[in-house]
Amino acid sequence: MAAKTKYELKAGMATREAFGKALVELGGKNKDVVVCDADLSKSTYTAGFAKEFPGRFIECGIAEMNMVGIGSGLASGGKIPFVSSFSCFVINKGFEQLRVTAAFPNVNLKVVGTHSGISIGEDGPSQMSIEDLGLACSLPGFTVLCPADEVSMAALIHASAAHFGPVYIRAGRAKVPVIYPAGQEFVIGKGIELVEGTDATIIATGLLVAEAIRAAESLEADGISARVIDLHTVKPLDREIIARAAAETRAIVVCEEHLLDAGLGVRVAQVVSETRPCVMEFVGIRNTYAESASPDELLDKYGLRAKDVAQAVRRAIARK
Amino acid sequence: MNKTHDAGELQAICRQIRRDIITMITAAKSGHPGGSLSAVEIVATLFFDVMKHDPANPKWADRDRFILSKGHACPVLYSAFAELGYTPKDQLNTLRKLGSIYQGHPDVRFIPALEASTGSLGQGLSLGIGMAIAAKLNGSPSRTFVVLGDGEVQEGQIWEAAMLAPFHKVDNLVCIVDYNKIQLDGFVKDILDLSPLAEKWRAFGWHAIELDGHSIPALQSAFAEAAEVKDKPTVLIANTIKGKGVSFMENNPKYHGVAPTEKEMELALQEIG
Repeated sequence: MAAKTKYELKAGMATREAFGKALVELGGKNKDVVVCDADLSKSTYTAGFAKEFPGRFIECGIAEMNMVGIGSGLASGGKIPFVSSFSCFVINKGFEQLRVTAAFPNVNLKVVGTHSGISIGEDGPSQMSIEDLGLACSLPGFTVLCPADEVSMAALIHASAAHFGPVYIRAGRAKVPVIYPAGQEFVIGKGIELVEGTDATIIATGLLVAEAIRAAESLEADGISARVIDLHTVKPLDREIIARAAAETRAIVVCEEHLLDAGLGVRVAQVVSETRPCVMEFVGIRNTYAESASPDELLDKYGLRAKDVAQAVRRAIARK
Repeated sequence: MNKTHDAGELQAICRQIRRDIITMITAAKSGHPGGSLSAVEIVATLFFDVMKHDPANPKWADRDRFILSKGHACPVLYSAFAELGYTPKDQLNTLRKLGSIYQGHPDVRFIPALEASTGSLGQGLSLGIGMAIAAKLNGSPSRTFVVLGDGEVQEGQIWEAAMLAPFHKVDNLVCIVDYNKIQLDGFVKDILDLSPLAEKWRAFGWHAIELDGHSIPALQSAFAEAAEVKDKPTVLIANTIKGKGVSFMENNPKYHGVAPTEKEMELALQEIG
């Protein structure tokens, strides 16, 4: 679906809402799907599943360690459990349980973290998850997904249920543009080239994919041809699409709503250095916690906008 | 080895398990004899009498589940597995060595018949709740048994799980606390006292039974009682002796995590008979 033409970004719902809708659809199709939540079902949107399938919804209260363990036990009992909370709570508080009861024995547990990144906004840093991708990727055998819009979220929820093994899916609080047409195919581990380009490649995930598309549009107006790739699967990485971008464009900018110390960027850099080393720049959060403000104000202040992506592309090209 | 309800036969099995524990930990030169020996009657009564399971069909869907949450006591489980034919008996003395299926803590990658990989304390009860709820959702008569160490009960996750199971009426779940009163650094009462332990579980909504965890008839009777309790889970506060069966190990914190010497092994095997 790569295109040189202007990309149409339409208004859409938050990926957490798309997760909730997909979960209801999945629950109707597969009676083995069980959902656990930790007193945040109205925020994570698992409340829809709870209303539709009350017998398969386990409210765990505010106890994420126990919830993850129960999820792993359900998986061992043949169920397909989705455990959900804010990313910062389910990944950070449940990390040891994810390690010992899900990753280590390779259990069929699905973990959905909502309100990820800094775009949760006013609630502030204690609720912001900026370490989750790094933590989840550090677990051997885990699949880590970060969908950019409602279409990719719905498709990847279904793909997660069909995939055996532990999966972490990252969702956001804020409404995000729709990028993909209905019916677009998504394969776990396969990136998608959204915009063709030859001068540099922007590799983005989650919220930053739309910003990357906008950046490519603004660069094109200045005569710079930037490729845009959506890496919705942060682990396992699509090495082939990364290596090809490195070989063909010789400059890569990686963009994420996450700490640069441990997110997509360092993982892509590893693949680039192992295949076709080239100039790289990184857009993300640099060694700090954010603060309370509106999502838009935070994305501006912490440099996660299309203009920041475009500047990084110019820096990368200048260093070629 | 066949299953039995006969206390005398179960006692003979316990003697064999104790011999295996001492021999395999001595061969490994490291491990946890004290907490393995304290759990012998609990594990033997479950696997050789109470639980429905089939070594010829380890993944039988309706089998009862067993989780050794205090994973460091795995020699007691490995011996039972070997006696039952789940795993090779002639490899018990490869415990903790490279390539052995008998890992330092239970690992489902090496022994698929295990229900859980454990060793990081505090997590088995949550897993057990998940398995018990899955059984109910599957319409299965399967019951789930979780053995906790007493020191392990200091973990906060245990109390998250203890709060949830009665609220959700998980009555196909039985938790057994191997209350041997000793943890790594010393006596539980000096490290972080648990008493009154049964009252704590009752306050959380459990049906609690206090008993002598080395009495096979008492264990049989408690498991039978647990099977009749509806709408709430049961916990057995099994009063045990750390190092039970070997005089110089009994009630001695040193043998929480120290292997016997060859000479100590000979003495221990003589005592066990």
